[in-house]
Amino acid sequence: MELFDLALIWAFIIGFGVIMYVLMDGFDLGVGILFPFAPDEESRDVMMNSVAPVWDGNETWLVLGGAGLLAAFPLVYSILLPALYIGVFLMLAGLIFRGVAFEFRFKANTSRYLWNWAFAGGSTVAAFAQGVVVGAYIQGFETANRVYTGGALDWLTPFTVLTGLGLLAGYALLGATWLVLKTEDDLQRWARRLVIPLLVAVLVVFAIISIWTPFVDPFVRDRWFDHLSLIWVFPALGLICAYVIFRAVRNNRDGMPFVATMGLFIFTYLGLIVSKWPYVVPPEYTIWDASSAYGSQLFLLLGLLFVIPVVLGYTAWTYWVFRGKVRAGEGYH
Amino acid sequence: MELDPLLLSRIQFAFVVSFHAIFPVFTIGLASFIATLEALAFKTENPAWERLSAFWTKVFAVVFGMGVVSGIVMSFQFGTNWSNFSQATANFMGPVLSYEVVTAFFLEAAFLGVLLFGRDKVPPGVHLFAAMMVALGTFISSFWILSANSWMQTPAGVELRDGVFHVVSWSAALFNPSFGWRFLHMGLASFLTGGFVVAGVSAWYLLRGREVEANRKALSISLWLLLIIAPLQAVIGDFHGLNTLEHQPVKVAAMEGNWETGTNVPLLLFALPDQANQTNHLEVGIPGLASLILAHDFDGEVPGLDQAPAAEQPPVAVVFWAFRIMVGLGFLMIGFALAGLLLRPGGRFATTNWFLQGLRLMSLTPFLAVLAGWFVTEVGRAPWLVYGMMTQAEGLTPSLTGGMALFTLIGYMVVYALVFSAGVYYLMRVLHDGLEARDDTHDSDRPKRPLSAAHVPFEYNEDVVRQGGY
Ligand code: HDD
Ligand code: HEM
Ligand code: HEM
Repeated sequence: MELFDLALIWAFIIGFGVIMYVLMDGFDLGVGILFPFAPDEESRDVMMNSVAPVWDGNETWLVLGGAGLLAAFPLVYSILLPALYIGVFLMLAGLIFRGVAFEFRFKANTSRYLWNWAFAGGSTVAAFAQGVVVGAYIQGFETANRVYTGGALDWLTPFTVLTGLGLLAGYALLGATWLVLKTEDDLQRWARRLVIPLLVAVLVVFAIISIWTPFVDPFVRDRWFDHLSLIWVFPALGLICAYVIFRAVRNNRDGMPFVATMGLFIFTYLGLIVSKWPYVVPPEYTIWDASSAYGSQLFLLLGLLFVIPVVLGYTAWTYWVFRGKVRAGEGYH
Repeated sequence: MELDPLLLSRIQFAFVVSFHAIFPVFTIGLASFIATLEALAFKTENPAWERLSAFWTKVFAVVFGMGVVSGIVMSFQFGTNWSNFSQATANFMGPVLSYEVVTAFFLEAAFLGVLLFGRDKVPPGVHLFAAMMVALGTFISSFWILSANSWMQTPAGVELRDGVFHVVSWSAALFNPSFGWRFLHMGLASFLTGGFVVAGVSAWYLLRGREVEANRKALSISLWLLLIIAPLQAVIGDFHGLNTLEHQPVKVAAMEGNWETGTNVPLLLFALPDQANQTNHLEVGIPGLASLILAHDFDGEVPGLDQAPAAEQPPVAVVFWAFRIMVGLGFLMIGFALAGLLLRPGGRFATTNWFLQGLRLMSLTPFLAVLAGWFVTEVGRAPWLVYGMMTQAEGLTPSLTGGMALFTLIGYMVVYALVFSAGVYYLMRVLHDGLEARDDTHDSDRPKRPLSAAHVPFEYNEDVVRQGGY
């Protein structure tokens, strides 16, 4: 009766949802990370306006990620969240502060600097926490009988701190290239100057992680050095993207740096997936171990086939209603 | 003392969900109210409707924004604190919660932007459509989440195999025995909340003689609405209770404070339940009335708490008193709705001082009644998480320590206290400014963000305060 390998389809859907979230919320978190360093208060207004119309739709992808995991791979949901308990709390707290800062900053007069800090701090904490999750995932989780058995702070190691900083730099790079795309004049020049240093920071961290990971995890070492030489195409493509970013910034291009940065993220992400595949709760459980019942995966999949195109349709329509460029002294256009 | 992760997780869940709950009940009611105002504005072209709609949309935006951030927290609570429960129930809960995201949350988020900032960017008909979609989204959302919750109260359509629930009938599980009544009862509760807040705020403006014409209109339609739904809520509540009697008799026994199964049971108006000795102190009651209400006969048999071993009884005092608070407030609401009818002749409902003062205070009561109602429902389910099938202790995250739970509990309390006092402060600010607040910015050049629909500076303006403006 199990006609299709639904676990595989669902792995694809969730994988797609995660990278959607990372790319979309990534650049608006990145803008938050760069916020304190902005040249002046007016630039901050523009920076915020540039992401204001999209950030909360972007975060809905995070909610979908949580609910989707519960539906398709409950084991991932019920092991990762307890394992990352304190980290999840910090991330949520960061998202809350940042979410309300968006709303209150524009109305604040004397307390404006507080909301500036809430926005920057919340974004930074949330981004760092997400990077730590990536590191914890590479590290693997201590489990027995399908439940998490490790301690409260196992996720906090030098390795995960490094991945946290790596994602922080990565999101900042996304944010900077987004600003190059959406802004003009001084602010754009400022953002453009940031791109190369941030790119270098990202590459350095990625390099350290790539060298370190095979030591942390023999499984990953075998995957990369024993078989499957084809997978080296991902880091190669990632490096090409880095080169494109570099060139595009040199040539004062507006859109290309952002697009190429997204490419850099996508290839890094694919590289990470192939390192671990098919394990979703390393080192023990594969996507098939983690799956919910066939009937449940099917029930949701059938609905999604109809609903998701509609969702994408009206979301695109609202983006179109609010299309345009961001300039100083005016709200979003 | 050992910190108990179970108790702390329960307190944390009750805290974050209660906090979240007060925003949805308000937004559900208000969204429909705004859609109605938009429709009236569209049809009659009376500018008063549009001004009312614009004003209440500002209020809506603030409340909705807080609903969103507190909701994101909720979607991770199941995994962090109740991971065994998540794993066991994922086959049902997972698809239901996912459907809620894709059918409701995206809909609300997308059309909210158009509702708040698109008035000048889209034709009026499309704007009205956006308002209707947002209202629809709130109902779709409650459909799924209440189905999930009702399933935990009255599980159906599932089979428990090796500690994991498997769905054998989706329709039986989704439309489980308590779902229909709970959906109706909660829907009416949301309308009552929207209605009493609108009535209370309008009354307050009328007392100060502000924008009399528009506020009088708003008060009038909300009173008509309340006149219908306040009594209806009591009727639905009664059916809801009878249904609960059938499926969760021990919960009803706790609501009634009835320890022994028997006939001719009194309806208690006052009592101090004593769980340790399985009895009440200082009972005041009306003889036979509980039997009459629950069994429709003075000599009808009513189940008592003795039907469950002491270890499987819920905390009786909480359920007993929460129930009385809810029902008491429900009758108070009916009273005000009827008073509104009696004051209709000559339009005295909009001028009578005591009535307007009373309505001001009444605007808080729906929130209390809703929380009280949820406490009856949820505490009355204890010690079960999935009624009769899985206890709270079984659902808890195994690796969770008391210290971790305490850390996040305090964390959430601090974060919410900071963020939400700012939010409430800001909401007050919007209400103080009222309909007269001039719209110096055009909606069209404002970003598509929830709270920023209200273009009001965050702090109170000192000058205005000194002039006695507030
Ligand atoms: C009867 C109504 C109701 C109830 C009982 C709940 N909610 Fe809720 N929720 C809503 C009705 C609602 C809503 C009206 O649809 C909200 C309010 C503001 C909003 O954005 O949508 C919402 C927002 C909201 C969001 C944010 C959506 C977004 O990103 O736009 C999440 C993730 C949740 N809720 C999750 C939950 C969970 C896990 C609950 C139970 C434990 C819960 N809600 C109880
Ligand atoms: C929105 C209004 C709601 C309120 C105000 C509310 C309130 C509460 C309260 C007070 C408890 C604590 C009971 C106790 O520990 O004795 C509780 C428990 C619980 N509720 Fe709700 N609830 C609401 C909705 C929901 C919904 C929609 C769900 C699920 C879909 C849910 C799931 C749970 C769970 C899993 C528990 C167990 C944790 C615990 O016992 O504390 N609740 N709720
Ligand atoms: C006036 C007479 C009322 C009666 C007889 C009544 C009856 C009930 C009963 C029996 C329950 C528990 C159902 C269960 O746990 O299975 C309940 C729950 C609840 N009540 Fe009421 N109620 C009344 C008024 C109100 C009012 C005025 C409000 C709010 C404005 C309200 C809001 C709620 C809510 C939010 C719940 C929890 C969700 C649910 O289980 O439906 N009720 N009510």
